[in-house]
Amino acid sequence: MLEAIVFYTLATFILGFGVMVVTTKNPVHCVLFLVANFLCVAMIYVLLAAEFLAVIQILVYAGGIVVLYLFVVMLVNLRRPPDAQIDTRRQARVGFVLAALLLAEISAILMYSAVHPSSVATIAPQVASGGNTETVGMLLYTDYLVPFEVASMLLLVAMVGAIVLARREA
Amino acid sequence: MFDTSELTLNLGPQHPSTHGVLRVVLRLDGERVVGCDIVIGYLHRGIEKLCEHRDWAQIVLITDRMDYVAAASNNLGYVETVEKLMSLEVPRRARYIRTILAELQRIASHCLWLGTHAMDLGAMTVFLYAFRERELVLDLFEEYCGARLTYNSMRIGGLPLDIPPGWDKKVRTFCDILETKVAEYEELLTHNRIWRDRTTGIGVIDGDEAVAIGLSGPALRGSGVPRDVRKDEPYAAYAEVDFCVPIGTAGDTYDRYLVRIEEFHQSIRIIRQALDGLPEGPILGKVPRLLRPPAGETYHAIESPKGEIGFFIVSDGRSNTPYRFRVRPPSFCNLQALPRLVTGHLVSDVVALIGSIDIVLGEVDR
Amino acid sequence: MIHAYLVPVLKILVLLNALLVSVTFMTLLERKVLAWVQVRLGPMRVGPYGSLQPIADAIKLLLKEDITPVRADKWVFTLAPIVSMVPALIAFAVIPFDRDATFFGYRVSLFIADVNVGLLYLVSITSIGVYGIILAGYASNSKFPLLAGLRASAQLVSYEIAVTMMLVSIVATAGTLSMIGIIDAQYNARVWYIFLQPVAFVILFIGGLAETNRAPFDLPEAEQELTGGYHTEYSGMRFALFFLAEYANMIVVSAVATTLFLGGWLRPFPHVAVLGFLGYVPGWIWFLLKTFVFLYIFIWIRATLPRYRYDQLMRLGWKVLIPLGIANLVVTAILKVLV
Repeated sequence: MLEAIVFYTLATFILGFGVMVVTTKNPVHCVLFLVANFLCVAMIYVLLAAEFLAVIQILVYAGGIVVLYLFVVMLVNLRRPPDAQIDTRRQARVGFVLAALLLAEISAILMYSAVHPSSVATIAPQVASGGNTETVGMLLYTDYLVPFEVASMLLLVAMVGAIVLARREA
Repeated sequence: MFDTSELTLNLGPQHPSTHGVLRVVLRLDGERVVGCDIVIGYLHRGIEKLCEHRDWAQIVLITDRMDYVAAASNNLGYVETVEKLMSLEVPRRARYIRTILAELQRIASHCLWLGTHAMDLGAMTVFLYAFRERELVLDLFEEYCGARLTYNSMRIGGLPLDIPPGWDKKVRTFCDILETKVAEYEELLTHNRIWRDRTTGIGVIDGDEAVAIGLSGPALRGSGVPRDVRKDEPYAAYAEVDFCVPIGTAGDTYDRYLVRIEEFHQSIRIIRQALDGLPEGPILGKVPRLLRPPAGETYHAIESPKGEIGFFIVSDGRSNTPYRFRVRPPSFCNLQALPRLVTGHLVSDVVALIGSIDIVLGEVDR
Repeated sequence: MIHAYLVPVLKILVLLNALLVSVTFMTLLERKVLAWVQVRLGPMRVGPYGSLQPIADAIKLLLKEDITPVRADKWVFTLAPIVSMVPALIAFAVIPFDRDATFFGYRVSLFIADVNVGLLYLVSITSIGVYGIILAGYASNSKFPLLAGLRASAQLVSYEIAVTMMLVSIVATAGTLSMIGIIDAQYNARVWYIFLQPVAFVILFIGGLAETNRAPFDLPEAEQELTGGYHTEYSGMRFALFFLAEYANMIVVSAVATTLFLGGWLRPFPHVAVLGFLGYVPGWIWFLLKTFVFLYIFIWIRATLPRYRYDQLMRLGWKVLIPLGIANLVVTAILKVLV
């Protein structure tokens, strides 16, 4: 009962902040709503007894990545010159296509998990037994080793790319 | 890729590190300074014009208000210029006491410089330590002439007062104290890694360029030019005492710091010799009751703590006031080097460099 | 049943109040210690030896006009001090002052929560604190705070890496993320981790100075350069909140360092029976004493050292501390596998 109340309150907040992120005019305010959104998501994780995920969510997204967003938003002058007006109708069309794709993806996942409910059930007992930090660590270095390493390679490539782009002609 | 226009940053005139009411308009690329304009005049009181409307003797008091942290040096520069104009003979005892006062003043001024310079770079304790010793000098001045900041401590042709009894002993004690305290400052700064990182290689200027810009005093000697008016054109009793002129090699902020620190030691040395050789005799020479220098013009410079302070005075030989009065203030001339020094450095270095050239706005603006 | 809710709420209330009071009195401690270092007396007027000075300061700040610059972003301007204060306070949730103590016959544990991701929680919560400074810099709509905000964000993000790396070394040594677990591990290892992980301690301490914007890393609030930095435009109680947050962060860092390296509430040499009389002092007193030592060192350093320059600070962080941290972590991991 209590959990349900907390969950629905958080869910409302998350949706509300999400809407604010896309509707607010001021980019800095957008970023702030995004942070609030992330914090609420982290609380949902806590509700699911996934403290590790919650803490990492705050540390990586709210504390790391969004700080850099804020950096960029503050540094780059976002008041565009009037001639660079972007076609809002085209933007809207692209947005609808993307939203439709996302909806399709989520429905596909939901349907898949409805057909194969076992994948969630197998992990749950492990979470209950030990701390979930260890569980995540074990899973990352055994079952998901290849995706993990691929992701780290991807990050490395992105980092090198960023440095190459940012480097001025010396 | 991004819009990288310059950022204009207005440093001062109410900024804690501009040592008064200096205004520096910086043009920044990120935190790097690409250009700098200096705006002065917030403390302009028209001292030079004022002096043209004052009696010759009254002007001493106005010179106090120029470099108000080194009033005795200003007094000395002015009275010696008038003495030169009138070809007055100053008694030997007066010249010795003037030397002692000027060197005490140098110590006080350098204490103030050291404190504020260190404070600008974040070493706040040095500030209070240096002011503690400056206080001792002020006490000595207070005992001598009753004032602590604007001394009015010289007269044309000599001195207004002889030293009070026992004063020379106190000066000696002060010299002993200061020696240990300077070692203390050095312990906190000279070999401090952060201090060295903050000051070495900052605002490097070589000797030729320093001369071309018109730097003088410790700022010039830091660049390795051994120019010191006390040595080159001795005045007061400097010809009769033995001292060295410390010079730097690299011409950066650290060298200018080292030069001033060494000047503490040299000043102590001069004071001790002057006290040892202090002759007996009158303190005021033969001065006509009505001061009216013969028509003519003269320029005379002395070594103030901040550099060469020169007075150019024209007398028409008829009136009781100078016909033309002009000061060559070391702070003003040294300040000219600031744009050259800060370009290419970071914002944090700007405050280090303002401190490094040691300016007093009362003297820059006059 | 009622105890299950009442006791934690009471604990939180007591802790918050104790914390706010100690934070206010930290300002007095700082001024007094600085004054003694600098051969002066410090505050002497309010109360005996100036002991009531913080209260006078608080009243003054509360009564001051609260100025919001006309062109400031009002919401964010108000939000910024709160954002910097809150993480500093909730970080205390996982700090164990003692395992338990008896008050009026009740046995209560002297920590709010023993989360099994305690250390990670601390890191993530403190990483939120940087928003306060960035937002203050942005919202003031003024150049000095903006520069300070940029400095601060770059500084905090950089030093966080080194600090986190060190915490991982500690976690690897102790084998747990729980703060209490780490203290127990030190008890069982019969040694404080300051002796096992001296490199980690030094890096964590330097990183802690940098993350709390303390001298010699106080660039974001360098009065002499940026006229007060990110809080230039703030006045009254909002200004005070920034200061309180800084002191609260100092206490957090000191408390964490005490827990990780000085054995938390353990008395010195807990296994030496001869020193058993030290056990009569409650553990939380030991904890506070050790924390106090760190706080004193914070102030002492401020009185002694000049300030780093921005690029030197970055060089120290990226070229010295982070490589050293990685090396320390690798060595720790290898030793952990071998031993």
